[in-house]
Amino acid sequence: MADQVLDVKGLNCPLPILRAKKALKDMATGATLEILATDPGAVKDFEAFCRTTGNELVESTQEDKTFRFIIRRAA
Amino acid sequence: MNADTGTNAKAMSMIVTKGSLDWAYPPFILATTAAAMGLKVSMFFTFYGLTLLKKKLDLQVTTLGNPAMSMPMMGMHMGMPNIVSAIPGVDAAASAMMKNLIKKKGVASIEELRDMAVESDVKMIACQMTMDLFEYKTDDLIEGPELGGAATYIEEASKSEINLFI
Repeated sequence: MADQVLDVKGLNCPLPILRAKKALKDMATGATLEILATDPGAVKDFEAFCRTTGNELVESTQEDKTFRFIIRRAA
Repeated sequence: MNADTGTNAKAMSMIVTKGSLDWAYPPFILATTAAAMGLKVSMFFTFYGLTLLKKKLDLQVTTLGNPAMSMPMMGMHMGMPNIVSAIPGVDAAASAMMKNLIKKKGVASIEELRDMAVESDVKMIACQMTMDLFEYKTDDLIEGPELGGAATYIEEASKSEINLFI
């Protein structure tokens, strides 16, 4: 179970990334954020976001039309 | 690497030259996203791009001279012949249609993205020469942008890994 859940279903690029960044900023190091999105572009974008920022993409899955990401906040 | 602030300490600069609704998106999307990814971002607003810093935005699109612009309509995609674009009201209708689509598809408004850019400390520079040329006052613009010229931009660009002209 993630420490915090962020629902960005229905939102389009770049809002899922921007909202996730906003949420991560207020979280403790090591805490996890679960993100639910419907934007198919978010899959590659969260990978790139995590590679660049050093946050860890723990999980990236899809169920029906919903994409689910879990990101662990880096130091 | 710090995920919150300085991180990889990369920088991006942008020259923003266009002020229509469609052209306003790329600079603000890239600026907010780069800032979210830890880059230091600066935007230089010049010529028509400067209007994107006005307090009250009323951005429009034009179908004139844009053969690539076709919008989903009645189950198909429809373009607009130039002769039709010349009729008064057509661009206003196209702009209203575009704003409708933007809302419906969960795309952020330019106002929303601009607020987020300001919030994430994107440095905005308003071109002094354009201010003089088009007779804008600092009062016409949102709070935050500083005034500067070509040298101010070049200084930013010389410190940036990514430099874009939009």
